[in-house]
Amino acid sequence: MDDAGTIVAFWMLTVMTLGAALMVVIVRNLFHAVLSLILSFIGVAGLYITLSADFVAVAQVLIYAGAISVLILFAMMLTPRAARDNAETFLQGPALVLAGLAAATIAGVAAATDWSEASRGPFTETAQAIGEALLNRYVLPFEIASVLLLVAMVGAIVLVRED
Amino acid sequence: MSIDLTHYLIVGALLFSIGLYVTLAKRNVVGILMGIELMFNAVNLTFIAFSRFVESAQPISGHVFVIFIITVAAAEAAVALALAVVVYRNRTTIDIDKINLLRW
Repeated sequence: MDDAGTIVAFWMLTVMTLGAALMVVIVRNLFHAVLSLILSFIGVAGLYITLSADFVAVAQVLIYAGAISVLILFAMMLTPRAARDNAETFLQGPALVLAGLAAATIAGVAAATDWSEASRGPFTETAQAIGEALLNRYVLPFEIASVLLLVAMVGAIVLVRED
Repeated sequence: MSIDLTHYLIVGALLFSIGLYVTLAKRNVVGILMGIELMFNAVNLTFIAFSRFVESAQPISGHVFVIFIITVAAAEAAVALALAVVVYRNRTTIDIDKINLLRW
């Protein structure tokens, strides 16, 4: 990945993703935090496109930036305005230390390891290969996922039903 | 300079740690859920990066894993937000400092 367009796109999307994720931490209003979260999801979708993962990028925009964000906004609107602050608990200090340690460890290992990178080049088209893999090799997890979605849908309806 | 696997892995590590901090430190249940979703995204980004760069007999498997993770994350978000609504209805708060029914 040497062409200038890809490099510029990578850095811009990285700044957008991580900056929006940091805004989720910093912003005081929970509503604004959800909007930053949507921006971060869209940035991750752009990073998928730089990795030539077109199908996953579209799924990311549809499901994360579309469905899950709307779900979070709904849950927030069902609670009153007073419950919409984005404050920290007393665990702020230890959490900061733990998150810093996790970032340093993972990034250090990622930089130090030889990953035996392939010179395969980018994928040309992924949707067909994903479909074939889902219906051949991964058909059992595929069916289980459909049952899981049904169970989650019924469970969510039963939980919030008023009677 | 070119963009290689390490760049994506470090972006994933930073995104994961931001999500970890949000999950551990936020007081609002909806905020905690947002942190979990950020961590899911970091893991998905790492999967896709490995799938693109590392030598493998079936490089598309990483994409399939990400599809499954997105599916499970959607189910998890639906149930968790339903739980948040139920907790709010019963306790009139979703501040985790005040939901201390099981604390000794």
